[in-house]
Amino acid sequence: MDSLVPIEDRGGPAQPLLLASGLRKHFPVGGGLLGRGRKVVRAVDDLTLSVAKGETLGVVGESGCGKSTVARLLIRLLKPDRGTMVLDGDPVDEPHGITVNELRRQVQMVFQDSYASLNPRLTIAETLAFAPKAHGLPAAEARERVRDLLSKVGLEPDTYAERYPHELSGGQRQRVNIARALALRPRLVILDEAVSALDKSVEAQVLNMLVDLKTELSLTYLFISHDLNVVQYLSDRVLVMYLGKIVELGPVEAIYGNPQHPYTRALLSARPSMDPRKRTHEAPIQGDPPNPIDPPSGCRFRTRCPFAEDVCARVEPLLAETGRQEVACHMRVAGSGHSKAAA
Amino acid sequence: MSNLLEVRDLHVTFVTPDRTVHAVNGVSFDLKRGETLGILGESGSGKSVTLRSILRLHPEHRTRWSGSIRVEGEEVLDMGSRALGDLRGQRVAMIFQEPATAFDPVFTIGHQIAETVQRHTGKSEADALKRARELLEMVRIPSPAQRLKAYPHEMSGGMRQRAMIALALSCNPSLLLADEPTTALDATVQIQVLLLLRELQREFDLGVIFVTHDIGVAVEVSDRIGVMYAGKIVELAGVEQMVDAPQHPYSRGLLASTVHDGMRGQRLEAIPGAPPDLGEVPTGCSFAPRCKFVRPDCTARPPDLRVTGQSHLVRCVLTQAAA
Amino acid sequence: MTIQSPSLELGAPLVQPIATAGGRSYWQSVRRRLRRDPVTLICAGVLVLLVASALFAPWLGLNDPYKTSMIRRLYPLGSPGHLLGTDELGRDMLSRLIYGGRLSLFMGVTPVVCALLIGGLLGITAGFLGGRVNMLIMRVMDVFYAFPSVLLAISLSGAMGAGAENTLLSLTLVFIPPVCRVSESVTTQVRGFDFVDAARASGAGMLTIVRVHVLGNVLGPILVYATSLISVAIILAAGLSFLGLGVKPPEPEWGLMLNTLRQAIYVNPVLAALPGVMIFITSICFNLMSDGLRAAMDVKA
Repeated sequence: MDSLVPIEDRGGPAQPLLLASGLRKHFPVGGGLLGRGRKVVRAVDDLTLSVAKGETLGVVGESGCGKSTVARLLIRLLKPDRGTMVLDGDPVDEPHGITVNELRRQVQMVFQDSYASLNPRLTIAETLAFAPKAHGLPAAEARERVRDLLSKVGLEPDTYAERYPHELSGGQRQRVNIARALALRPRLVILDEAVSALDKSVEAQVLNMLVDLKTELSLTYLFISHDLNVVQYLSDRVLVMYLGKIVELGPVEAIYGNPQHPYTRALLSARPSMDPRKRTHEAPIQGDPPNPIDPPSGCRFRTRCPFAEDVCARVEPLLAETGRQEVACHMRVAGSGHSKAAA
Repeated sequence: MSNLLEVRDLHVTFVTPDRTVHAVNGVSFDLKRGETLGILGESGSGKSVTLRSILRLHPEHRTRWSGSIRVEGEEVLDMGSRALGDLRGQRVAMIFQEPATAFDPVFTIGHQIAETVQRHTGKSEADALKRARELLEMVRIPSPAQRLKAYPHEMSGGMRQRAMIALALSCNPSLLLADEPTTALDATVQIQVLLLLRELQREFDLGVIFVTHDIGVAVEVSDRIGVMYAGKIVELAGVEQMVDAPQHPYSRGLLASTVHDGMRGQRLEAIPGAPPDLGEVPTGCSFAPRCKFVRPDCTARPPDLRVTGQSHLVRCVLTQAAA
Repeated sequence: MTIQSPSLELGAPLVQPIATAGGRSYWQSVRRRLRRDPVTLICAGVLVLLVASALFAPWLGLNDPYKTSMIRRLYPLGSPGHLLGTDELGRDMLSRLIYGGRLSLFMGVTPVVCALLIGGLLGITAGFLGGRVNMLIMRVMDVFYAFPSVLLAISLSGAMGAGAENTLLSLTLVFIPPVCRVSESVTTQVRGFDFVDAARASGAGMLTIVRVHVLGNVLGPILVYATSLISVAIILAAGLSFLGLGVKPPEPEWGLMLNTLRQAIYVNPVLAALPGVMIFITSICFNLMSDGLRAAMDVKA
């Protein structure tokens, strides 16, 4: 139909759409004459994840866990200190692979709704046409694409194209955010807290729409959220993060039905009860999520873990397979030295 | 037992040169000591405005009120500034969503709590600091003696929220107003704060009004839940009745569309449309444009709040037809 | 008859957007708010009058501002043929003031415009690129910022010598650091917004992103600041001329006139104060307009 064609699938269903290995991102924190402080925020540390074609991978965690940093690393808004990325078999930002710009045609991001997510000086049509035009689409075709996008997200083009963001409600703005992410016909859409700022009634509308769009446009989703219920609803696989590391990873039924990591269990039981007869009587863990500036040695969760022992402080647990999921916990690894582990 | 708080037909309108906003359009409810009323609503429902009106926190020149708010028998809307000063902090306290902005960043937590204690009870500075330390212990802040000397930015979000609760309870209020105090907190911290509030309420026999948009949170803390929409209470019932058998189409829609476990694979029943613009007061029911069960008499007249069961109040023509 | 609630199938239209008037852009609403602000309107009117009289001075049928007369010196206000009297060399005050306005306004506005172009460019670049570039530019600016503007202006003018061109140059140099700082601060703030990240994520080039997304959001506050700077510039230019470092006689310029009329203070104080009144009026109008602009731009549409 127009000259900006979607990128074709290359490796077939078995090849992961996106494979990120050993990602690391540290941020220096203030101080020093030239901005070189001694303290470092270890936002993401040696993280490896893969996203299969057509799946929805959910990422959960609390503040400081690094999930938003991961999102920005995957779309290269931030450059990783270390680590590689491979998109459908093509290495990213390396001599024999694809450029970052080519990555961005296939991987896009939906931001959380806020006053800062849409340019207040541009009309909705101008915002949506920006990316296609930047990739060379002529103005007339870009206009058509804008109308098409608006219809897809349930906004009447004639009514909404010439509006400004302040004239739209939160739900409508979020639809525009989603339309913007779809403008280049990407294959992978990263949703960073995309429904978190919406009212519950509007959230349901947008979730339904996301499900429909995924099928209609053959999309793959990476869904980042602090809301465990929404992640459970949408995801096929779930990844749990804590202080820059993955602590548990597996199919959604396994993670929610049989959580193995103490942190995952705590997160799941921290959800407020919907049944007044079965109220929560004890907090699953005490204290606040710690600061990623000086994470604890060994297992980063040990300062809040009721089962922490010596080995947890000395040795960092790696992700290991236990049944249907992978867990980074000494208790689940035979011979680790933890009293609860198998010998 | 007499009522701690009585609100009757409260109307609050904000008037600016650009536009008029009818934020609260006739809200009435009671609260007794030892009871928690959860006010559930989305943005624009008027829940925060209602809460803030109890302490007259809105800018006077832009706000028009009518109705009645009686705290322990005294009419708040008639109070002069001295009486209001006595009311605020001492008999009625409030905690907010953003603990970072509730504290002054250039003074220590201990200083700020002690200052409030001194102001309202006339204690000496040493006694006030002692009291501040007791309060920090009461809200389960670890190492309270050291935390007295901490500045707000040195504490985590959860700690600050606890400190804010300590500040609110420092002068033994009988009524605690909570405006989305856990919305900005992480899940594991939120549940700690909710449990703390429940415990403190029991210990001090407080009356609590807890405003939130999260049904789960409302269920955890409330004895009764009031659902607000477009500036009115559309349903008011005990928490069990509200969860088991909500009657207003909006409440039902809200519960049905809230994602919780077990819904995977099903399509969500979303309420179509968006909350209304509060620039004008509609002639009929404000929820009519989005209602699945709308009928001609819905747009003719705004429905009244009527009793439909044991202390179950609903504002909908459908339930009234049956009753 | 039942009313159909709008369905929410994909593709079906939703209820109407929340605002009633269609497509009101930000600048349109700024204009509307400005039009309703009486202070800004009055100041704008006064300034228009001043600028117009300065521009069309030769065609206003005024007396020759350079023509001296030893007999008709220091005539008071309301003298026949000299509405505002004459100065110490017998020249008509009214025409001196109006012709003086040309130079004074020029000396006030031009350095700000130049500083806006240079300082704005530097500031936006520093704000957008961040990192080392930002550090380099801003630390250099900090050096100049360390000097009080009046002192800096006097030193530069003193070093370069008197004269209108040198005054323009020194004032421009004095104003570049504050404009740069404001531009950098606003740009850094806008740069952090999600929509700029979204633009970067779309693969657009840097210049395109700056042009489409950053400039529109950044120019407003910078313009407000620049407008307030004009009022300072007019005073500084007049001050420099007063000290003999600016415009040279016999050119009419308000600051210079204040200096030369000093001898008339005991004879005719009102006359001696007239150029000062003009400086005051012009400066305060720019200042109040800048305030009005800021207020109009502050509200979120």
